[in-house]
Amino acid sequence: MEKNLKFYWTLFISTFSLSAFTIGGGYVIVPLMRKKFVEELKWIDEEEMLNLVAICQSAPGPIAVNTSIMVGYRLAGLFGALLTTIGTVLPPLIIITIIAKFYTAFKENTIVNALLLGMRAGVAAVILDVIIKMTDNIIKSKNLISLAIMIVAFIAAVIIDVNAALIIVLSGAFGGFYYNYFKKAGGAE
Amino acid sequence: MIYLEIFWSFFQIGLFSIGGGYAALPLIENQVTKVHDWLTMAEFADLLTISQMTPGPIALNASTFVGTKVAGLPGAIIATVGCITPSCIIVLTLAYFYFKYKNLSSIQGILKGLRPAVVSLIASAGLSILLLAIFNEETTLNNIQLLDINIPSIIMVALGLFILRKYKTDPILVMIGTGLVGIIIYGIF
Repeated sequence: MEKNLKFYWTLFISTFSLSAFTIGGGYVIVPLMRKKFVEELKWIDEEEMLNLVAICQSAPGPIAVNTSIMVGYRLAGLFGALLTTIGTVLPPLIIITIIAKFYTAFKENTIVNALLLGMRAGVAAVILDVIIKMTDNIIKSKNLISLAIMIVAFIAAVIIDVNAALIIVLSGAFGGFYYNYFKKAGGAE
Repeated sequence: MIYLEIFWSFFQIGLFSIGGGYAALPLIENQVTKVHDWLTMAEFADLLTISQMTPGPIALNASTFVGTKVAGLPGAIIATVGCITPSCIIVLTLAYFYFKYKNLSSIQGILKGLRPAVVSLIASAGLSILLLAIFNEETTLNNIQLLDINIPSIIMVALGLFILRKYKTDPILVMIGTGLVGIIIYGIF
């Protein structure tokens, strides 16, 4: 892709608008970024996006910030990372600065509450859409090991409540071991 | 000097919040209500309410909220920068090594193991968002009360998902759409 002014503007405004509409904690932004950069803009492919998210997961700090830095760096180096970071940080900075000034009125406003309640449903729909596509890709790959990792990781995260960083480390260690030693030694897929 | 104190506090919050989501919460509470007397507990509770209602990672919301209160807009900016500095350093270092060594077969094996786990982590975060959207604030998998179910919200999630999959609509439009419907349903009736 050509790195002209339009490219940098799209990079900035994409992270800015994602950050501005991501209610409900940083994790929500990950599927939204995937939708934007993988599906819509096609700047990053699905596999690479998952690699990047995995790396961001294992680093400390807000996941939304980490993923922005990573995506920016991948697409346009340090300058790209700077742009996407500013894009992600600006919306909360602006919104909270305004709200901090009159937050009691904001907290009790029926219309604001109704809007936010409605938006939650929209956010849930978008995330479901992304999850369906990602799960479908894993199933279509017909790789039983991937499928098994996915199911075990899901149970660990949802039912046993294992820390996300630990899940990342363990599945990476398993993949490294399985694909490099076991399979090379002649094990079946 | 107050700016340095703010920077250092939020630097620590950014550095030690591992795992995303609300992992940063106890750290923020400790730094802003115990180590420093920047917020009372009541103000801290307000901060949580605002964070749940507004976009952006909670650590960034807290940065702006506390920074503004202690030292105005410069305080907000310094707290935000402090909060993301550890991310920038660590993620960029990881990114550098990833792009340098990603083609090594041993790294490929690790990444192949990681990707399905990341899909599951996203799915598990998505599940909490979905529960929040169709039940209420305190719902987790363990305490679902079918009577709490929010019918308009389920319809909006389903409709949103349908529109996204059928027409490939921009997700932000779907979120704004459900937000507006929310105003009509919850705000006016």
